[in-house]
Amino acid sequence: MKSLPSALIVFLKEVRENLRDRRTVINTLLTGPLLAPAIFVLIINATISRELDKAERAQPVPVIGAEHAPNLVESLKQQNIEIKDAPADPERAVRDMDADLVLRIPAEFGDSWKKGEPAQVELIFDASRREAQTSVGRLRGALESYSQRTGAMRILARGLSPSIVRPFVVADRDQSTAQTRSGTLFSMLPYFFILGAFIGGMALAIDTTAGERERQSLEPLLVNPVSRSQLLIGKLLATSLFALTSVLLGILAFSVVGRFLPTEKLGMSLQIGFHFGWTVLLVMLPLVVLIATLQTLAAAFAKSFREAQTYLSLLMFVPAVPTMMLSLFPVKTEAWMYAVPLMGQQIVITRLMRGDEVSPGELGLCFACTAAAALVVYALTVAIYRGERLAIST
Amino acid sequence: MIEATGLYKAFGTVKAVDGVGFVARDGEITGLLGPNGAGKTTTLRMLYTLMKPDAGSVRVDGIDASVDPTAVRRRLGVLPDARGLYKRMTARENIDYFARLQRLEPDVARKSADALIAALDMAEFANRRTEGFSQGQRVKTAIARALVHDPRNVILDEPTNGLDVMATRAMRAFMRRLKDEGRCVLFSSHIMQEVAALCDRIVVIAHGRVVADASPAALLEQTGAASLEDAFVAAIGSEEGLAA
Repeated sequence: MKSLPSALIVFLKEVRENLRDRRTVINTLLTGPLLAPAIFVLIINATISRELDKAERAQPVPVIGAEHAPNLVESLKQQNIEIKDAPADPERAVRDMDADLVLRIPAEFGDSWKKGEPAQVELIFDASRREAQTSVGRLRGALESYSQRTGAMRILARGLSPSIVRPFVVADRDQSTAQTRSGTLFSMLPYFFILGAFIGGMALAIDTTAGERERQSLEPLLVNPVSRSQLLIGKLLATSLFALTSVLLGILAFSVVGRFLPTEKLGMSLQIGFHFGWTVLLVMLPLVVLIATLQTLAAAFAKSFREAQTYLSLLMFVPAVPTMMLSLFPVKTEAWMYAVPLMGQQIVITRLMRGDEVSPGELGLCFACTAAAALVVYALTVAIYRGERLAIST
Repeated sequence: MIEATGLYKAFGTVKAVDGVGFVARDGEITGLLGPNGAGKTTTLRMLYTLMKPDAGSVRVDGIDASVDPTAVRRRLGVLPDARGLYKRMTARENIDYFARLQRLEPDVARKSADALIAALDMAEFANRRTEGFSQGQRVKTAIARALVHDPRNVILDEPTNGLDVMATRAMRAFMRRLKDEGRCVLFSSHIMQEVAALCDRIVVIAHGRVVADASPAALLEQTGAASLEDAFVAAIGSEEGLAA
């Protein structure tokens, strides 16, 4: 027993004591780990309904004046567009989001058509509504293809080849995948993994510092012949262990959930097997220690338990910064990004999920730089711990 | 033996301790008496190395606290002003945690804890979690964990604070027992009767300074007062902050 380092004694006590706290255990074993998989299920479901339903299902389109162009309407119906009665005030219906779009066929349509003049139909929509874009695009395509077909027939009827009016055609070669099309949603996902680490460590970071001071047990503890750094290391190890457990369970839950989701419908091949799990765990390991140390540092500054909770809740927004940057400005991944703690982990997790390769060098850079950051924050926290102010609660 | 020499400590512009020096000897109970805010707790905190004095020195059994604070802490058993317990652990587990931090062998730790649990009459609640403990039970547990490593020197900051009559009597008996075991017992109090009843030596502190340092009899003689109470008031200069 004598050979046991003091840090280990502190570590074992903190683990044992906190395992007896039901709320801490629930946060570590349930809330933290289930966050990422739950958000993932939401993302996948939203993506599936957006990508699949709109392409295969009959699309309802309110049409005004359908009786003015029966042939056009018939052609739309053949392209799986369902003709609906139009609202009284179509512009307003679109603005109020009652309708995605409205097609208006003016009364003069038939006359212009017969005369061979360009007949006009109006498409009423709101370009700022992103979710309506698929519908608008589909209807526009259907209308234009009918227009082109009719034009071709007219030219043919005059004994000419339709290719005269089409000097060239544009062929689309879209390189996007279902994953990249839902890029914003996917770049959010690593944030929830990292948030799992925050939630897993939060209770202990507070309990072992601000909590210990508030319940007046820090001063008696400091009277023992144990160096402050040993005390701190023991507490950090315990906090890190809980956070790491959260992350590990999160990865496991994520792997299980990922297998049962119909991601193949989207043409995705999610790489969430062993390789994914181990690699994510590897890059998360130094981050967990960094987060635990940051949380402990913030909690050591706080005068009370509640104040510590406030600081730590604010701290949770920090990992959101690289997430927002990466989803708002989806720039090309540069080598230096792996060196930035939080950002490096986000990139690695996103790439792994997409099935992209991450080189050992990039993994090493991510690990080493985050570990170095953790050491710097540790040194700062030790300095706070050595200060006289730490122990005094009144 | 605890020796304090010329201790100074200021917080900003407030001089909390302004030149305190005294000696607490083995086999004696030394009382640190003074009104609230006189600097007793700050003085004790410098003795048990939680704070560094701005000037002056602390020696415990001849070891300089500024040179080897860890060795000093090993020779001290301290009941600080803050005496919080870990409420999700039993009283025995609380004691055991400190025994491990004091690097006791497990069987030594167990025997020592058993002896303290018997001496402090804690058997009834020793294996209960400390959440919901009475003030008396909490103080007993805090004292047991502070003394588990059998220290030669014992520092108690207002040990009877918040205790009822029975618990206070038990605490005083326990302090006498520590003295009879040959230990150096130093405690602070703002209660005159307590200090008068227990102490071999009284150190009176007011406004961060030692205003009297003598045996109870000598204190009477020095101040020429008829009772100890009058002697204290004479030494401190006012009745403010003292309780009978």
